[in-house]
Amino acid sequence: MSILVNKETRVVCQGITGRAGEFHSKNCIDYGTKLVAGVTPGKGGQEILGVPVYDTVGEAVEKQGVDASMIFVPPPFTADAILEAVDAGISTVVAITEGVPVADMVRVYKEIQGRDVHLIGPNCPGVITSDECKIGIMPGYIHKKGTVGVMSRSGTLTYEAVWQLSEVGLGQSTCVGLGGDPIVGTSFIDLLKMYQEDDQTEAIIMIGEIGGTAEEEAAAFVKEHITKPVAAFIAGRTAPPGKRMGHAGAIISGGKGTAAEKIAALEDAGIEVAQSPADMGTAIQRAMAK
Amino acid sequence: MKIHEFQAKQLLRTANVAVPDGIIARSAEEAAAAFKELGGPFAVVKAQIHAGGRGKGTIKSNPDQHGVQLVKSAEEAATVAGNLLGGELVTIQTGPAGRTVKQVLVEAGCDIARELYLGIVIDRACGMPVLMASSEGGMNIEDVAANTPELIFKEAFDPDAGLQSYQVRKLCYRLGITGKSVRSADSFMRTLCKLFVKLDCSLAEINPLVVTGAGEIMALDAKMSFDDNAMFRHPELVELRDLDEEDPAEVRADKSGLSYVQLDGSIGCLVNGAGLAMSTMDLIKLHGGEPANFLDVGGSAKVEQVTEAFHILLEDKNVKAVLVNIFGGIMRCTTIANAIVEAYKVVDFNVPLVVRLEGTEVEEGRKILADCGIDIIGASDLTDAANKVVAAVS
Repeated sequence: MSILVNKETRVVCQGITGRAGEFHSKNCIDYGTKLVAGVTPGKGGQEILGVPVYDTVGEAVEKQGVDASMIFVPPPFTADAILEAVDAGISTVVAITEGVPVADMVRVYKEIQGRDVHLIGPNCPGVITSDECKIGIMPGYIHKKGTVGVMSRSGTLTYEAVWQLSEVGLGQSTCVGLGGDPIVGTSFIDLLKMYQEDDQTEAIIMIGEIGGTAEEEAAAFVKEHITKPVAAFIAGRTAPPGKRMGHAGAIISGGKGTAAEKIAALEDAGIEVAQSPADMGTAIQRAMAK
Repeated sequence: MKIHEFQAKQLLRTANVAVPDGIIARSAEEAAAAFKELGGPFAVVKAQIHAGGRGKGTIKSNPDQHGVQLVKSAEEAATVAGNLLGGELVTIQTGPAGRTVKQVLVEAGCDIARELYLGIVIDRACGMPVLMASSEGGMNIEDVAANTPELIFKEAFDPDAGLQSYQVRKLCYRLGITGKSVRSADSFMRTLCKLFVKLDCSLAEINPLVVTGAGEIMALDAKMSFDDNAMFRHPELVELRDLDEEDPAEVRADKSGLSYVQLDGSIGCLVNGAGLAMSTMDLIKLHGGEPANFLDVGGSAKVEQVTEAFHILLEDKNVKAVLVNIFGGIMRCTTIANAIVEAYKVVDFNVPLVVRLEGTEVEEGRKILADCGIDIIGASDLTDAANKVVAAVS
């Protein structure tokens, strides 16, 4: 079946009339995504890329029956756009925007607790179910249909992983970029639960990076609850402490969140850890052969 | 974005968070005048640089002079300020080169009964700001966290409702703050938490926080840094940025929309995406090389940015070879190939260049590089790229 999105998913793009919003909406439509509406306040009534534009997400939901949203609005307005999508009852909200203030995400995070919504991002490449539905900025053509679930905190490193999987003949079920910010809507554990339940997914690869303790928590969860093979890679072994390495989330502080600690926790949970970023495709093969 | 101690204290003072009286001085004479104006029997002269560990740190050319010193007369204030100003202060955080001291804070001394620790950060695990307090003031909090975590007490708070008085009372009970100091702590902690939210701080740290002989709570030191993503709504804070305290190459990269961190290896890296850029550094190390930098050109870099990136890389004299690692997604491989060709015309390429391209329009991109006549070492995958660039420097 895949997780989060499939060929039936009806998608709205918030910020569709912006440069990035229009460009990526077109790519998603070309991939086969059922993008059925756009939203830009003040531009309701227009049509773009063959789909109607509405002033509010609520109207788009009412007129077009939308299940998922792809957000491309500028950083100062992203939190508001996420909350508008949640308020309109959309169950999968994918925020691509990079540069959202952390304080805004604190408020969003609080608001979505206990609600039946999956927020992916912000500052993420998006979600793709191979050959069915692409919501985000990833290059569609590298993805092949298959059985490996991919989840990652990075963008281009995820493409690298998908590329390596396809090269060794392993297709993907659903590939999710969680986002590189300190506070994001969905955790590795949320996705592990979904992959475990999903009949299409037979193995899982997790691509983490330094900072925080998300990977350690995921490792503990895998040990207890996941029966499918799991492989992993952690970026940032050589990063100096205290420096921001591109992603605001990737700061090692107080000796916590180092690659070494994460790798130890993953190996302790029986996860196959790729030692080199060139080894992600073969690591999942090893995990599946165990 | 970081600011100086005296700037953080000014923000605290304006918000009615208790701090000692202090005057900034940029010469020995100003320091003497500041001592007289403060009027007390003693004062503290504190070097203003962004790095921590100033009290234990010393001036490079004068190892007897520490970065923070108690003085008992205007003359002594002038002498200490004279030693510090213009000197290179070396602390555990500055590296061996140290940082030039351009100003000192002359601060009224206070009667210290107890030293405590207070810090606020955003806790990723619970998605909220959290106030941390410890009885171990003046210590490196990371050491306390590692060795005696039971001495750190935490209270998460809602950014809109703010820290509640009962939370302050809980902390006071655990820290052993009693009597009228509890009221002082209530005002101090709740106001500090409000300020943290209002100014979009990523860190506010008071170490030490002191209880004075009279039972007042006061910030003896103050460190604040801010969320770069939120600075669009705080133009008044952006004014406080001190570019002298930042790495010139990093400032330059930032202006061009590049994310750059200087390291001390010999292999320059130019990569798209932060995760792939970190992995490229890891890969180089794994194959026996040392990365000279982290450099993420982003997803939509243009010719000008790539050219600037090459300028920055090649101006680092430690760089003996450059590895370009691009996985084209939104960024087309043809864009980066054309940018390399254009950059080559204006940048002096005096070291070997290894290029690994993959992704969108890769065949066309490789053809551009093959046909351009530049001496480029092509690589087929990550391992091949790492082997070739490490071989090029050894």
